[in-house]
Amino acid sequence: MADVAINTTSRSAKAGSRARPVSGVRKFFQKKSTVAFFMALPLILLIAILVVYPALYSIHLATLNKSMQRYVGFGNFTFLFTRETFWMVVRQSCLFAITAVIFKAIIGFVAAHFVHNVPANKQRKWRGMLLVPWVVPPAMSTLTWLWLFDPSYSAFNWILAHFSIGPIPWTGDTGWARFAVILVNIWAGAPFFLILYLAALKSVPEQLYEAAAIDGCNWWQRVWFITLPMMRNIIAITALFSLIVTFANFDIVRILTAGGPLDSTHLFATWAFKLGIESSDIPLGASVSLFMFPILAIAAIFILRDINQRGNEAS
Amino acid sequence: MTMAATIDKAGPRRKKKLRSMSHDRKWALRWSYFFLTLFAIFFLFPPLYTVITSLKTSGEISAAVNPWWVYHPTLSNYKELLGSSQFLRFFLNSAMVSICVVIITMLISIPAAFALARMKFWGSATLATGVFLTYLIPDSLLFIPLFKMFAVFHDYTGIQLLNHWYVLVVVYPTLTVPFATWIMIGYFASIPKELDEAAIMDGATWMQTLLRIFVPVALPGIIAATIFAFTVSWAQFLYPLAFTTTTSELVLPVGIITTLIKGDVFNWGQIMTGALLSAAPPLIIYAFLMDYYISGLTAGATKG
Amino acid sequence: MADVELRKVVKMYDNVEAVREIDLAIADHEFVVLVGPSGCGKSTTLRMIAGLEDITGGEISIDGDVVNDVPPKDRDIAMVFQNYALYPHMTVAENMSFGLRLKRFPKAEIKERVDEAARILDIADLLERKPKALSGGQRQRVAMGRAIVRHPKVFLFDEPLSNLDAKLRVQMRIEIKKVHQKVRTTTVYVTHDQVEAMTLADKVVVMNKGKIEQVGSPNDLYHKPATKFVAGFIGSPAMNFIPCQLEETAGKLHVRISDKLTFPLPPERAARYKSISRDDKLLLGLRPEHITDARSNSGPGFESFEERLDVTEPMGMETLIYFPIEGAQICGRANPSAGAQDGAPLKMAVDLNNMHLLNAASGVVI
Repeated sequence: MADVAINTTSRSAKAGSRARPVSGVRKFFQKKSTVAFFMALPLILLIAILVVYPALYSIHLATLNKSMQRYVGFGNFTFLFTRETFWMVVRQSCLFAITAVIFKAIIGFVAAHFVHNVPANKQRKWRGMLLVPWVVPPAMSTLTWLWLFDPSYSAFNWILAHFSIGPIPWTGDTGWARFAVILVNIWAGAPFFLILYLAALKSVPEQLYEAAAIDGCNWWQRVWFITLPMMRNIIAITALFSLIVTFANFDIVRILTAGGPLDSTHLFATWAFKLGIESSDIPLGASVSLFMFPILAIAAIFILRDINQRGNEAS
Repeated sequence: MTMAATIDKAGPRRKKKLRSMSHDRKWALRWSYFFLTLFAIFFLFPPLYTVITSLKTSGEISAAVNPWWVYHPTLSNYKELLGSSQFLRFFLNSAMVSICVVIITMLISIPAAFALARMKFWGSATLATGVFLTYLIPDSLLFIPLFKMFAVFHDYTGIQLLNHWYVLVVVYPTLTVPFATWIMIGYFASIPKELDEAAIMDGATWMQTLLRIFVPVALPGIIAATIFAFTVSWAQFLYPLAFTTTTSELVLPVGIITTLIKGDVFNWGQIMTGALLSAAPPLIIYAFLMDYYISGLTAGATKG
Repeated sequence: MADVELRKVVKMYDNVEAVREIDLAIADHEFVVLVGPSGCGKSTTLRMIAGLEDITGGEISIDGDVVNDVPPKDRDIAMVFQNYALYPHMTVAENMSFGLRLKRFPKAEIKERVDEAARILDIADLLERKPKALSGGQRQRVAMGRAIVRHPKVFLFDEPLSNLDAKLRVQMRIEIKKVHQKVRTTTVYVTHDQVEAMTLADKVVVMNKGKIEQVGSPNDLYHKPATKFVAGFIGSPAMNFIPCQLEETAGKLHVRISDKLTFPLPPERAARYKSISRDDKLLLGLRPEHITDARSNSGPGFESFEERLDVTEPMGMETLIYFPIEGAQICGRANPSAGAQDGAPLKMAVDLNNMHLLNAASGVVI
């Protein structure tokens, strides 16, 4: 390297040319990888300081006692295992996430099909209307649902009263409250599935359907043998994504039931908030939220695998 | 004779078959519209009910009349909220937080995405995966350690972040930057490699290539990422609920819930008006920039 | 204007040698075409000259200066890309002036240079358009204009015509040649199309597997190929290779293909080949135009034989004839009036004055 540089100097001096050698320090700062590193540095710092560090810090916090003076090891975890509420939260989180994701996926898929069926120039309008729940901040739309579920003035109960049903204690009874939080989550989340499935439907080549029609497939067989296999990847990724987000949901349960009645609708997030922030037991709250981690990690691994596969197929 | 009979027989049958096909298609379309209408009702009645309630007086809300109809429409709820300095303070806080977060997000994620998409460096592939994984980490996993971190930060430096609106400017980028970077990596990667090589041959530095070629060419992606960052900041609920309590520091969603709900007294007319007003900015952006909005929020799949 | 020199240039990609120690001298004003099949290292070589790829070994100098460590922008070169790489958000004029604006040239000079380039390329009325509104040929011109306005030392072209349709390609080929005649800038041009290479180049560099097979003028390469690769790559339809041996019968040197096909060599050839061992496995290289119908060709060095044709392809001015010799598919060119017909035997003649003899093992033309 060095002799090349010397070579260059002598030659350019002789030729009086504009091509010039670059000094060591300047070269380091002009090097592509150096420039790139500095461009990505704010991102790296952000992730390191505000994501990775707190995640590790929360593991540390989870090993302290309530006043954070004393190291208790797995004390918080063993304490949680003895609490009935903890197991209820585990069950409710799973029930909530799985049920909601299944229904969101089904509604999204069916609705996407119908949108796909109508003439292209009208699709935009329908799509625009069906996506509104997903644009409204979830905390705000949940307020409306809270009002719709109001114990004394529920607009649902007003309608049901005409059929001599109810009044239904939407948020006051364990079963109904669980139903209510899932319903609101489905309402808010289904449009997301709809839009992704619609995009996926549009990417299935029309010739495949024409070939299938010539082969004598009926509508149902076309969905089963062409649409679903072609969309398998996007269905899986969307569902996994949604599983993570639904599992970690906070807004809806917090506003609609605040975990009640009797903690029966708490999810990890809302229970951790109640323990960690409201009851100021930060270590216990941190321990609860850490239980989300394994499930998130498993979903993340599957998503990464799918995305890598997609990448490999593309290349 | 026989010939004519055969033709006669074949003719109508074929015709019937044709008619039945278009017939089928017409019915499929009708069914589609029917079900789409049902879906539209399901998805739109809560926002509609928000509007209905916001137009009522508290007297009418508590009266035993049809809740789905406005008998005496009034704008008094809007007047009262828009005249309340407290509500305007929430709005202003939300706007300041969201705008700051959008700017910070773009300043961090555009150069980072450019570096990750174009200028391979040691560990860049790992970092790209890391960015994606970070995006998968939900707010509900981090709010407790962050809360404690800010408290400790105060103990060491004397700078109090908690209970100030700008603490949100610090934490929101953890939600927006990974995804915005992810979107931008996708957009930048779709720009042909020859374009930056041409720029380099033209004598541009990497920074000039980014600012004068990539940013203008990937503008749709940048708009999408901006909208995404704005929407996420505007709608965030958990962090402000955990990190801010003083009324003057609250942002819209938390402000509405903590100030308009006083104990067990729900002033529903005002709550619905507040909800509607705070849903308005994203809805307006959505109405005008629907395609960017959708492409931004679906580019790598997001919340649902 | 400048000369370019490559000395023992090597390029490695993760232990795979893409370019192996090539030496090449390009004189000032010269139009040099690097040609070869895909993956032969021609584009890599060009990109190393451009500075878009690091040089693993050896050195490249432009105008006498070693540029190994000089960034592309300081090498004073301009490049035209295969997909044109026009900046989609800029007008034609802005595209062409981008490099000058980065170097902060005065406005008046920028305008002068853009106008000059636009005049050379005949795109003056397109200057305010965006690339999207241009046809393929027009985009190609703009890409060249962007190179011309810089007044660089060297022009680099990376397969600039392969995105155009056949007719436009011929037209742009002539255009490029005209532009070079006007601006006389040293040019390095990469293509996989041997016709482009032959028609454009002052000097053709045939590359294969990271090495230079042969450097020479188009005519040299066609008539005096150095290796089997060059012989087969240049010319279309390609040269025929027929396994053969030399033998001496009655004091005369013969090339023996089979018992049936043994031809005496013309005296000039016999003198050249007489030192070759009679046991060597050889290949007889004959271009299609040297395998013709016997009727229209005779004279010293022409040897006739008869063979049954597989397929004929009437092209109008000639008829391509295909037939097997010793398992190899042979292509010849016959006069359309010779009456060549599919499946019918035809009396043909080979022109041994233009034969090539290759070593079958090494592929070297003897």
